[in-house]
Formats: sequence, C-alpha cells, structure tokens
Amino acid sequence: MNIPDKFSELRARDESALIAYVCAGDPTQDATEGIVQALIRGGADIVELGLPFSDPVADGPTIQAASGRALSAGMNPDRYFELVKSLDVDVPLVCMTYYNLIFKRGIEKFVLDCIDSGISGIIVPDLPVEESEELAECCTRNDVDLIFLIAPTTSVDRIDMILEHGSGFMYLVSRVGVTGARSDVAESTSKLLSRVKTDIPKAVGFGISTGKQAKEVVEDGADGVIVGSAFVDIIASGKDVNARLEALAKELKDGILLAK
Amino acid sequence: MTTSYGKYGGQFVPEILMPALAELEEGYQRYKDDPEFLKELDFYLKDFAGRETPLYFAKNLSKKYGTRIYLKREDLVHGGAHKLNNTIGQGLLAKYMGKTRIVAETGAGQHGTATAMIGANLGFDTVVYMGAKDVERQLMNVYRMKLMGTVVHAVESGSKTLKDAINEALRDWVTNVENTHYLIGSVVGPHPYPMIVRDFQSVIGNEVKEQIMEKEGRYPDSIVACTGGGSNAMGIFYPFVEEKDVKLFAVEAGGSGMATTEHAALHSASLSVGEEGVLHGARTRILQDKYGQILESHSISAGLDYSGVGPELAYLADIGRLTPCHANDDEALEAFHELSRMEGIIPALESSHALAYVMKAAQSGELGNLVVINLSGRGDKDLETVINLEKGGKL
Ligand SMILES: Cc1ncc(COP(=O)(O)O)c(C=O)c1O
Repeated sequence: MNIPDKFSELRARDESALIAYVCAGDPTQDATEGIVQALIRGGADIVELGLPFSDPVADGPTIQAASGRALSAGMNPDRYFELVKSLDVDVPLVCMTYYNLIFKRGIEKFVLDCIDSGISGIIVPDLPVEESEELAECCTRNDVDLIFLIAPTTSVDRIDMILEHGSGFMYLVSRVGVTGARSDVAESTSKLLSRVKTDIPKAVGFGISTGKQAKEVVEDGADGVIVGSAFVDIIASGKDVNARLEALAKELKDGILLAK
Repeated sequence: MTTSYGKYGGQFVPEILMPALAELEEGYQRYKDDPEFLKELDFYLKDFAGRETPLYFAKNLSKKYGTRIYLKREDLVHGGAHKLNNTIGQGLLAKYMGKTRIVAETGAGQHGTATAMIGANLGFDTVVYMGAKDVERQLMNVYRMKLMGTVVHAVESGSKTLKDAINEALRDWVTNVENTHYLIGSVVGPHPYPMIVRDFQSVIGNEVKEQIMEKEGRYPDSIVACTGGGSNAMGIFYPFVEEKDVKLFAVEAGGSGMATTEHAALHSASLSVGEEGVLHGARTRILQDKYGQILESHSISAGLDYSGVGPELAYLADIGRLTPCHANDDEALEAFHELSRMEGIIPALESSHALAYVMKAAQSGELGNLVVINLSGRGDKDLETVINLEKGGKL
C-alpha cells in the first residue's frame, strides 16, 4: 500500500495516522520483523525504517545509539533492502536515512531498490529542498514519495517552496532541536500546524512519546503523529520488547482516536 | 546566490538550519565591507592577534635544500596558530548579528582555544565540543579553554574525535539556533561557511603577497600548506589563485599508510584519495566505505585528523589549480625535529607536514626556486605527544 492511499483510507474514517519509526537492524537484523509486526498490531499505520548512517547529525542520543547498535550488528544498505523485502506487512513503509548513503549508492539505484523492496516513501533529514532536485526528479518518475521536513524556523516563503516539492505527507518538526522523547508538546506545534496550509497530510514529529501528547497534536490539526525515540528506548532496554512496543503503539493510537 | 564550487559545496543540513544559514549569509554580506566592522576587525587582528606576522627567510633550510624557503609565521599569532584569524572575524560577525552565545568544535583544541579567546574577550557564552579521545590527548588545551571561561563538552559518540565533535556542535546549533552562532573552525561545512572562513583567513595570503614582493620582487614559484579542513591552506592560497604561475601544494596527513581497514583509514588524505560524497553539510571529497559510511581518519597531528576537506579545495584540485599531496607521520616527525634544530623554531605537528613535503620534494625541482611554507602553528602543544612517542608510546 502507498502513503496517499493509506491517508485516504484513514480520512474516510476521520482518523489520523500513527507513524512509527525504528532503526532497521537494531539490535539485530533478525529482531526487526518482530518489532515491525508488534508496532502494526498496536496500531501503527505507517512504519518508518531507519537506514543507519555513521554520522546522524539530526538525531539525538537515543537514535544515535540505535544507529550505532545496528551498524555494529552489520547493517548496511544491501542488507537493509533484503530485510525490508522480506517483511510480511501491508502498511506503507518509509525509508529514513542520510543523504550520503543515497548519493554513494547512486540516486537511481537507491530509488529502484526502494521500489523493489516495497518502500513507498523516503525521508532525508539532511537534504533541504534546495539540494533535492536530482532525488526529487527520480522519485517523481518512479512514483516514490519524497517527504520533506518543515521546522518552526521555516519562513512562509520556504513553506510554500517545500509544499511545492513534497508529497506523501509533510513532516512538521514540532520543536527546534534533534530527535528525542520529551515530556511536553511544544507550544510551537499548534502554531506551525496553522502556518502550513495544504491538502497534503501533515504529520508532526520530534519529541512525542505518550498517548496524551498524541491526542493534543491531533486536536491541533495533525493528520499524523510520528513517534520514534520512545519506541527506540524500549528496544534499547532489551526487556519484554515486542509486548511493550505493541502496548505503546496502542496507547498512542488510542490517544489519536480520542482526539476531537 | 551561488552556494557551490563547481559540483562541490552546497547546504546539506536539516531544514531547521536553513534560515540560520540565510541569516548568516545576509549578515556577512551586510558587514563584510562595513567601515565600522572593518575597523574593529583590523584592531583585533593587529593588537589582539599580533598581526601582521613575519615572512621569515629560513636561511639554513634554504641552504640545505637548495631553494629559497620562506616561512609565513602564523605560529606567532596569539594562541599559537592561524585559527584566531577566523575566530576574530566570526566572533565580531556574531556580535554584529546580535548573537549572545557561540559554539564550536575542536580537534586538537587549537580552534577551541582561539574560540575561547574571542569568546572571553567579546563576552559570549562559549561552548566547545571536543571528542572524548581528544580531551584525553590534549589536556593542556582543555585547561586553557576553561581558564578563559569556556565550557568544554567531551563528546562520547561515534569515534570520539573531530568529526563527532562537529556532529555535536551541529546538534547544539539546531537546538539553540535563535541566540547561537556556530563558529566553525575550517573551510568546511555548509555554505556560506567555506567562503566566510576562507575570506577571514585570506589575511595570510594577502600579507604574503606584499611581503614577498618587498623581499624578492616577485611572487613565489610554490606555496605549500598543510591541509586538514583546509583553512590555513585556503587562507594563503586564495589571494594567489589567479596568479597562475604560482603552484599551490596542499599537504595532507599520510598517517601510518595510505590504506584503509573496514571502518578506518590509516591516513587523513581525503583530497588525495577520498571519494565524492556529502559530509557535514557539504558535497566534497571524503573518506568513506563502499556504502557511504564515513571512515575514521588517522594522523599524528590531531588538527589534520579529519575525514573530509573543504569543498573549494576539492574544486581547485579537480580543475588542476592545486596539487594534493601528503606526508606521513614519520616524515612529519622528522621535519618537526629538523626545523627545531636548524632554525630554532618548533613547528606544530600539522605544519610539520608542509615542511616534510618540501624536504621530500625540493630535490626534484618541482617546487621551483622560491617557496613559501605556511607555518600554521607552533609546536608547544605537541610536546607531550612527541615525548610519549619517543618513549615508545602509541599515537
Ligand atoms: C597549527 C594547525 N595547523 C593546521 C590545522 C589544520 O586545519 P586547517 O586545515 O583548517 O588549516 C590545525 C587545526 O587544528 C592547526 O592547529
């Protein structure tokens, strides 16, 4: 299933999406299938699978550590695509990675590998619109969504430019900073949601970790809630992982469903 | 607005930083020719940094190597290296732009120290990120920074060296972008940094132009500079780029060999043998594995120990305007001793690579009859490293 179809399906039910991020191959390649299935059982509508990079500048300590574990366990782009291809899921899968891994593989090959393995969207946190022409062109040609980020610091002019190029959903960064779970929802979130005017679904991420926060964000107008570090923290703990991932996904999705 | 040098350069950063880069570019364009800004810059370069620095004729070296060798004495700049030229410029720019806090990365601690100096002087909250491994190797510089009121964070992520310190400084900037200026220490990073740092370091080459004319009545045949990120190299090269008869040599760290293992290069020669990629906001030549993961680098000198290089150097190398070359750990160490013994000047281990290359290449005649070496720093900071090595310790 691709991303626009998923959002249409949810819209028909007047429901916002839970988008779950984990790092592929963390802590091992064998663990990823079970983790993804647990997230989906709990209620994840879309799964973002991180392809780990050695120097993840947009990530906080939690996801940095996850990338480190996955790399140490041998994750690399070849294995990533094999792993993703082997997953038995029917939710949209999104690849999140840094630009050098795409650049080095060759843009065309990377996008074709995404399609072949069942990935329907790509997020590149260190690739602003200005540098994205080649990848965007290739994604458009191959019907893969290239998802851009919009930050609280992004000006109105830039928002317009980003909206022109983005597809799938818009990734609204709820606060200035790097990824990582926080206990509150930044005030900037609702402001940002109202500043971004578009028919493309808007998903909010960075810092969300509880059902209560998810509910608030949806009440502020989000079409999707992106949660990463809170799941990764559970994986890092190594305790009762899949059951707790499922429970957290359920809490988040319940929060989303409660919103009015 | 052009943000690149040929195919290199650009702005590969998180969206959060794009407005900050635009603001920086705007601020730089506004102030770089502003009389008041220039007056203050001039004051600091002269009375705080101690410029201009001498262009010294090294008569003993010249005699031994059969060519006229001059040393541009950046080792005499306050703090002991060229780094202060850039931190003065960016520090003033940050002040004019209304920032109250500066963050910086540092490898050996030279750029961190130069940042601490201007930070203390201009009254900034100053934070320096330094790889935990480097903190251990460079206790003296850590203490110097602390003395001047700078908060030093030891970075425990990744390889715990310079590239990880840059990652962490970028993360800080992403989080505190409203009041904070990221004072990057070399001609690396996203546009406009490579341009700004090059411009502030060009004072080196501009002085050389006048000094060599006065002493020799002509431009040199070659200019030789060590190259980590490339700021002392671009600083001395840039004013000569259009002088096509002057050969430019960028000497990288050959480390303990020009090979790589699975996760690490034994050298830091990204310009010489790196491949095109994107690191720390710029497209340039980098040390990476076949998948694009960044390789750790190695050098006897912490200041050259970096997996990337400034995009403008990559461009100048591509078009054949500069020659990338390298000197290894042993050659640099030998040059360190030789300059100390022959001229009574103890060079930084970084600068020793430039000296070592001249000592290797002088005989072949490729450098011509008149050579200027950028002596980017003094060696006091390296004495502990050298003592340990001579006791048979490991790098
Ligand atoms: C004395 C000295 N020379 C050279 C360098 C390398 O930096 P760059 O290549 O930017 O001049 C350093 C960096 O710390 C240094 O301290």
